[in-house]
Amino acid sequence: MAGSNNLKITPPRWLLAELTYKCPLQCPYCSNPLDYAKHSSEIGTEDWKRVLTQARKMGAVQLGFSGGEPLTRQDLPELVQHARQLGYYSNLITSGYGLTEEKIVQLKEAGLDHIQVSIQASTQELNDHLAGTESYENKKQVAHLVKKHGYPMVLCVVIHRENIHQMTQILEMAEELGADYLELANTQYYGWAHKNRDLLLPTKEQFEEAEAIAQAYKEKVAGKMKIYYVIPDFYEDRPKACMNGWGTTFLTIAPDGVALPCHSARDLPDLDCPSVTDYSIAEIWNESKAFNFFRGNEWMKEPCRSCDEKEKDFGGCRCQAYMLTGDMYNTDPVCSKSPDHHVIEEALDAARVSALSDNEKPLIFRNSKNSKKYSA
Amino acid sequence: MTINTELTISFSPTHRLQWEEAQQKDVILYPEGMVELNQSSAEILKHCDGSRTLAQIVTALEEKFSTSGLTNDISSFLEDALKNGWIQQP
Ligand code: SF4
Ligand code: SF4
Repeated sequence: MAGSNNLKITPPRWLLAELTYKCPLQCPYCSNPLDYAKHSSEIGTEDWKRVLTQARKMGAVQLGFSGGEPLTRQDLPELVQHARQLGYYSNLITSGYGLTEEKIVQLKEAGLDHIQVSIQASTQELNDHLAGTESYENKKQVAHLVKKHGYPMVLCVVIHRENIHQMTQILEMAEELGADYLELANTQYYGWAHKNRDLLLPTKEQFEEAEAIAQAYKEKVAGKMKIYYVIPDFYEDRPKACMNGWGTTFLTIAPDGVALPCHSARDLPDLDCPSVTDYSIAEIWNESKAFNFFRGNEWMKEPCRSCDEKEKDFGGCRCQAYMLTGDMYNTDPVCSKSPDHHVIEEALDAARVSALSDNEKPLIFRNSKNSKKYSA
Repeated sequence: MTINTELTISFSPTHRLQWEEAQQKDVILYPEGMVELNQSSAEILKHCDGSRTLAQIVTALEEKFSTSGLTNDISSFLEDALKNGWIQQP
């Protein structure tokens, strides 16, 4: 195994509970695995409660309930209540679709701290097209209700070529809805987004224009609305410090109970990601092969190994290295020092060609029918 | 944004101040984020309970720690806290 043994292991701080892969929407940039249909089993309420208890004991404090659409789990209020008793700060990461006022109140009473609602675009037409479902009016309604019931309101908009031209309107919409935080998440190209990359990746000009608009707006709304701008790493020359370092901070549990050091780690070969049905969280975090695999920097190849920036970015994202270069030990190709950096330039070129062509191929939506195709 | 010295100060209802056993620290929790506090910052924030003005918070802390001359440190910390949205005034 690649990890080094004499490392001090820090406890998890963040637990991401992916409760289910079920979702009424079909976003073509969804980060769930393409073959999620293959992993349709879900662990039960008692399993989740045990996971929450064990991770909290180790020091996890931020908890995200996500998916898929976590609202499709009937036991969500029960899990929220358990989390509150343990002292977690719990975040519900939802499409908002189907969230009723009654449910919002019920979750608040159970102890939910925050609801993040995602909206696909600033117009009904585009939102509903991207979501693959009529959902725009419903989402706006939900945003109002979240605010009304005293939650901090976080609006999340995933940015890509189909909506980047709406940047100004998106900012105005968020302000109008009274968002406390606006997360402008430039698409990260994993899962379905990777599959649809030629259609989603903005051109450099589009990206720069949108960023300038968002930065200017940040000043305008300072003190009222906080804007988190997640940069698209394809336009950077250094990779992101993925997961704040492998196995240092983040613990993701997939719907079927498989524990992942990063939400795409399921796609990496030979990791043998352990399941919470077989091991405790402490065993998984401290002892499993998967969580030790890329801890520290013993595993690194050149140019990372001798690079003086390796403590800063840990060589970037392992999943991106694997997806784009075929070798998970390689330097993340986003880095300009990577010998594979050309794959990023090729991706940008391919997206530009696609953007300029008259007959772009259609987006592939995230749904069971398509997922079954990729599950073979 | 500056503190209005006439008005009371309270901790933000959309943030949470909590002792973390695992870290042996007080922390502020908010949507998808966390700030670790040192002891004196935590102590100041615990006094922002909606019943005291800036001057009253200073007095309470000076009494508690039998010291004086805390005004500048406390008000500059609270200015930042206000900017960060950790505290609010009516
Ligand atoms: S990104 Fe869209 S399709 Fe994927 S889980 Fe979220 S709401 Fe559902
Ligand atoms: S070579 Fe590796 S460690 Fe150095 S900056 Fe690039 S990705 Fe980071």
